[in-house]
This record gives sequence, C-alpha cells and structure tokens, in this order.
Amino acid sequence: MTWFLDHLGDVQDRTLQHVYLAGLPLLLGLLLALPLGWLARRYKALYAPFTAGFGLLYTIPSLALFVLLPAIIHRQILDPVNVLVAMTLYTVALLVRTVADGLGAVPEHVQQAATAMGYTRVKRFFAVELPLAVPVISAGLRVAAVSNVSIVSVAAIIGIPQLGLFFTDGFNRDFYDPIVVGIVACIVLALLFDVVIIGVTRVLTPWIRATGGRA
Amino acid sequence: MIQNIVRWLTDPEHWSGSEGIPARLGEHLWYSGLALAIAAVLAIPAGLAIGHTGRGRFLVVNLAGAARAIPSLGLLYLMVLWLFPKLSGDVAFLVPSLIVLVVLAIPPIMAGAYAGVEGVDPAARDAAKGMGMTGSQVLGRVEVPNALPLIFSGFRSAALQVIGTTTIAAVAGTGGLGRFLIDGQKIREFPQMVAGALLVAVLALLVDLLLAVAQRYAVSPGLTGRSRGRSNTPKVVEIGALRRTVDPQAS
Amino acid sequence: MIVFDGVTKEYPDGTVAVDHLSLEAPSGKITVLVGPSGCGKTTSLRMINRMIHPTSGTITLDGKDTGRMKESELRRGMGYVIQHAGLFPHRTVLDNVGTVPRLLGMDRRETERRSLELLERVGLPTAFAKRYPAQLSGGQQQRVGVARALAADPPVMLMDEPFSAVDPVVREQLQDEFLRLQGDLGKTIVFVTHDIDEAIKLGDQVAVLQVGGHLAQLADPAYLLAHPVNDFVADFVGRDRGYRALSFQPTPHLPLAAESTVSLGERVSDRDDGWVLVVDGDNHPLGWVQAERVRGEVTTEMLHRGGTVARASGPLRGALDAALSSPSRRGVIVDDSGALVGTVKAHEVLTAIEETARPELVDADHPGASSS
Repeated sequence: MTWFLDHLGDVQDRTLQHVYLAGLPLLLGLLLALPLGWLARRYKALYAPFTAGFGLLYTIPSLALFVLLPAIIHRQILDPVNVLVAMTLYTVALLVRTVADGLGAVPEHVQQAATAMGYTRVKRFFAVELPLAVPVISAGLRVAAVSNVSIVSVAAIIGIPQLGLFFTDGFNRDFYDPIVVGIVACIVLALLFDVVIIGVTRVLTPWIRATGGRA
Repeated sequence: MIQNIVRWLTDPEHWSGSEGIPARLGEHLWYSGLALAIAAVLAIPAGLAIGHTGRGRFLVVNLAGAARAIPSLGLLYLMVLWLFPKLSGDVAFLVPSLIVLVVLAIPPIMAGAYAGVEGVDPAARDAAKGMGMTGSQVLGRVEVPNALPLIFSGFRSAALQVIGTTTIAAVAGTGGLGRFLIDGQKIREFPQMVAGALLVAVLALLVDLLLAVAQRYAVSPGLTGRSRGRSNTPKVVEIGALRRTVDPQAS
Repeated sequence: MIVFDGVTKEYPDGTVAVDHLSLEAPSGKITVLVGPSGCGKTTSLRMINRMIHPTSGTITLDGKDTGRMKESELRRGMGYVIQHAGLFPHRTVLDNVGTVPRLLGMDRRETERRSLELLERVGLPTAFAKRYPAQLSGGQQQRVGVARALAADPPVMLMDEPFSAVDPVVREQLQDEFLRLQGDLGKTIVFVTHDIDEAIKLGDQVAVLQVGGHLAQLADPAYLLAHPVNDFVADFVGRDRGYRALSFQPTPHLPLAAESTVSLGERVSDRDDGWVLVVDGDNHPLGWVQAERVRGEVTTEMLHRGGTVARASGPLRGALDAALSSPSRRGVIVDDSGALVGTVKAHEVLTAIEETARPELVDADHPGASSS
C-alpha cells in the first residue's frame, strides 16, 4: 500500500498509456470491422473467407506479433504504434464475425418491412440493421476490451511503457508490490472498459431497457 | 533483413542440440499439452455437470469473465516469485508457468462444455428422458455428442491461448519457443526473435488446424451438415441473458 | 389400462397444475386430453411416465402402481412422441428410430431391420434411413418421431401435441395415417392436444380439462358434442358442433336416386337439360357439366369440380356436405371403391338426420355438474 501511494504518479501515467494502447484499437477495430462485417453479410460468398481469414489473425500469439510487426511495417521495435496496430488487428479479428452475425440476427421480416417503407440499402443499414445489431456487437466488443487490456501488458517484455512494466519491474527486483498493483490496475481497467461499453449500449438500445431485456 | 531470418532458420546449428529448434518445439508442446490436459480434466467434467444439472451457471459466467481480466504476465511473475523459493530443480520453473497456463485454459474449456450441453435442444433431451434413458445415458448419448462442436470450440481457443502464453513463460526461465524471443532480445539478435515469433505463429496455426480436423471427424455430420466453413474466431454463444464469447484471444 | 386415481400436482409456489384427476385410459383405445393452455393436460401426460411426479394420488398401469416401478424401465415400455419430435440431431434417422431397442439391449442388426420396417410403416422411404434430422421437413421429422416411439413395440403410447407444429395439410395427412396405424396396432394411447377438432377426430374418448387441472368432462366425441356438461365445455367444443357431430353418425339407408351420367369424350344427349354427372371408365365421378353449355364432346376442361363426394358407408356429415356443395344440388354418393352409387338431396339427408337417434343423455350428466 505504501508502495502504491509513493508511486501514484507512475501508476497514473502507465494507466493512461494502457488506456491509450488498449482503448484506441477498440475504436479503430470497430470502425474497420463494421464495413467488413457488413460486406460479409451482404455478399454470402465473402462470409466464410472473411470470418475464417480474419479469425486466422487470432491464432498469432501476441508476443510473436509484437516482434513481427515492426519488421513488416518498418518501425522501431519500441514504437508504441506496433502495439496499436497489433491490438487493432486482434479487435478486427474478433469483431468481423460478430458484426456479420449481429447484422444477420436482424429478423428477415424487419428488414423487409424497412425496405417496403422505402429505405435505401444504406439508410436501412444505419436506421434499422445497425441499431438492432448493437447488443451482439457490444457483447463482442466487451470480450475484445477485456482481452486487449490483458494482452497490452505483454508488451512490457519488449519494453513498451504501460501497466505491464510494473510486472517486469517487480520481477527484476524480486518485489511483490508493483506486480500486485499492476494486476489490480489491469483488472480495474478491464472492469471500467466493460462498464463504459455496457453504459453506451444501454443508451443506444432503449427498447431493451423498456422490455426488461426481451428485445 | 528477410535474408537474415532465412539464414538463421536454415542454419543447421539451430536445428540440433538442447537449444535447437526441435528441442524447443518439444518443450513448447510438452508445457502446452500438459497444461491443456490438466485444464481439460478439470474443466470438461465441471462444465458438463453444470450444463446437465443447470446448477452453478453463475459460477461459469463470472469465473470466465474474471479470469479473462487477469493479466497472464502479471500472474506468471507473481507465481514465480512466490513458488520459486519453495520448489527446486526443473519443477521450480515448470510449476508456476503451468499454474498460469491452467488458469488461462480452464474458463474457455469450461464455458464451451457448459454452453454446449445447455444449448442441446430441450425437446431432444426431453425425448431422451421420456424414452427411458438414465441421467448418465442422456449425458453420454445425447448431450455430449451434441455439445461437441462447442466443446471443441472452447478447447481450440484454450489451445491458442496456451500456446501463445507458453511463449511468454520463457521470461520466467522455462524452455519452449519463447526462448528464441527472449534470448534474442537480450543479445539484440533480431533475426532470432523474428524466427521464434514465426515458429510460434506457425505452431499455433498447425495445432488449430489439427484440432479442426479432429473436430470434423469427431462431430456428427448431422450437426455440421448445414453450416459450411470452419472458423477460427470464437463463437458467440448464449449464456444467460447476455451473449458471451466462449473464447477470448491468446495473450 | 392406465388409471388416474385422485392425482394432484401442486408446485412448490402453490400453483395447482392438476387437481384430483381421476380417469381411465382403456387398453387399445385412444384417450385424448384436450383443453386450453394451463389446463394441466401435458402435466397429466408427463405424470404417466413420471417425467413429472404427482404430489398425491396414484397412476396405475395394468393395475401396477407406476410410482413403484423403476422410472427408466417404465419409460422404455411407453412410446413417447412430443411436439417438435425431439429427434437427436447427431444421429441418423435409422439410429434415432433404433434408440429404445438398443437401450433394451437388442442387437444392432435386428434393430436396423426393425427400424427400416417401421420407417416404411409410417410412410417414409427407406432411402431416408441414412439422413440426419436436419435434412427432413417438419412433417417427416414427426413421422420419424412416431416410428421411434413404436420401435420397441410398447403397449402404451404417450403423445404430446405431436402434430401441432406442422402445417394444416400435413397435419391432416399425419392424423389419417395415425388412425390407420392405430387400426393395425391397437395401442393404448394417451394423446394431448389443444385442438378440439383433432381431439374429436382422433379420440375414442375425450377428456376436456379446465384451467387449474379440473376434469370438466370425459366422454366419447359424439356424446361430447351432443351433451357438453357445462358452459366451459360447450364454449370449448365450439360453434358448428351440431354439424360436426354428424361426423359420428353413420349414414343410414339414404334414399338414393339413380343419376344419368356421361363419360369423357361422349356427347351429352339431347334430352339432358341442367347438370349432368361425368364419370370415368370405372364409373368413378369426375365432376359436373351443364348440358346446355356443352357443344360437342365432354372434355376435362369443362368439368365443374365444386362438389364433394361422400361414401355411402361414411358419416352423415359427408353426405350432407356432398349435397350442399354440388352445383346440381344433388350430392354424389360412392361405394368404398369410389364407384358411383347414386345421388341424394340435402332435404333427404336432413330427414335422415332427424330420424337418427342422438347419443342419449346419461343420468349423471346434469347441466352444470362435472362428470368425473
């Protein structure tokens, strides 16, 4: 506890770095996954290659990706951009399928009703399909958020500053306190991300609140 | 750059001895396999029991969520600091890593088994009971075969995570392919690091492919006939009111 | 014979699903439990094979208390068919049908032989044997469900809304085949439905249950239609019950009139005016033509097909409907082979109806009293 209070500044800095490295890719990944997921839903032939193909990214272990990316995108290994790109890739990998399935979960009769009322395909996407897919997409985003927070800490092995550095610090000095503080901070951060996503989802889906979860 | 990596990978010196690629690969598979086996022995029966009885589902949901939020690297260092002085020999290196890997693998495997059994068509389960199957016959002949796709899905994602995290365990002094990454970093030998990363990625892909093939043979065509195309991404399944994903990414 | 004796099912929260139910389901007959949702009909059925345990009272099977029998053995001796068939998606049709024989320890080859035989029996091509349930239509799945329930040749069949998830045309087919099958097999059947028409069509006796699990009336279908015991049953049995009751009145000797006919390809003779019945080579009726409109030979395109055809041995309802639906107002009556025997007019059928006795009121059934 004393260690924590003495290093409040450090904890604050690294938490903000962690939020940046784990959070920004969530937004970027979502922005990329929406059109990709829409394409996979719109063109049946794309569904299998898209979901399986992006899924393949998932099989690459994070430490391996942190090491491989700098060589591929020509960056210094210590450049945080590597981590941002890696985390964005993971987020996309998870969300393409989720978005495609979420959009597909909109009942056929609802889509037809929207078309019959004169919505164009693009308008229908934003007015009907996307809002109704929010709960599914949000569930996928929550998983991505929690795992992003955990994965980012691995980047400490190659020396990129964020909460994970507390783990390596503590280990190198044979000292529990920073490790425990780091773990707790990661868990709290994961919880916060979760709470924010749940909150935003609630705001975006008033009909679910009104019916007590039965949409 | 690429030439250096290829040169490193094709250097016969790196393919022999206790620090060569085959030996590291063997270690990697041994740690990962052992952790997955322990996790499966613990988590599959527990998941099946929870799905079959419907009791304790709240445990799965919360456990899966909580375990996912624990950063593996932090837990690993904590375990090493705590256990290393208490143990000796190889075990001192192995056990802390193994604990982390098992903790990592249990939630997706258990969630898969649980969700698989819970998702069995209630009419099929009702019919099985109505035809006079005992509880264990219903589980063995109807629930487990129908839950297999999700059991596999959970196990595959656990395997990916464990293979990835075994790489990280090298920082705690264990063997495995992670050694190339860690040792390479220490001596600033970039080709070695990249080669190690490539090997881990290929291993993860191959294991997943192997499990996908096993799944194809193990799962009844009656369950897969409709859905073509195999997938690596986690399947979102219903657990309670919220959809949850059985399997998060490897860390 | 299955006997309910004062059977009550009360749930821990205090809801009473079944309230002191006493009734007999005689051997070799179809007993239908019918009622609105929440009347406890499915609960009652599921208490027979102890999928649900009664709170009090006993259910006996051929005199043996089912509560004292081993559950799995009790169930293996009863075929069980449910609404969505409940087929095992991971097993082929053949393996689904063979489930209970295999549970009972019958060897694989014998099980397969029996299963194939049963598939044919329920009207499925044996080519379906190697398919999986997901490859079948709803109606086909339901047939497999029936075959599976029959596989171990159990004396008792429990059927819970087996035909309600399929479309009306298929449902009617399944009902007809079910009756034909029962004619061959003579099982003791307890059948649950919410559809009073199905109950009346299939039941040898019908038990109407009221919300809260009370038995409102137990009677054969004709009696039920003629003498509903209270407002609830009358309401539930519904409109047109006078007309529908005719389904159970075998046609007495109707005064049949000979009908002049013409075959396809022939010319209508000059003296014919008005409607003429067209028949094929076997004297099977095909339809009516209006003589004055026919120039030259009678062709299929000219046929008016509006009229229904009734069998002489069938119920009065068919004869009346034939008369009412015929464009000539003369109802076409055929024999069991489908060959024309004559025509009848609506008022003649009505006279026959008036002369037929209605099911007699049993003394115990006074309006408002329950007939338990």
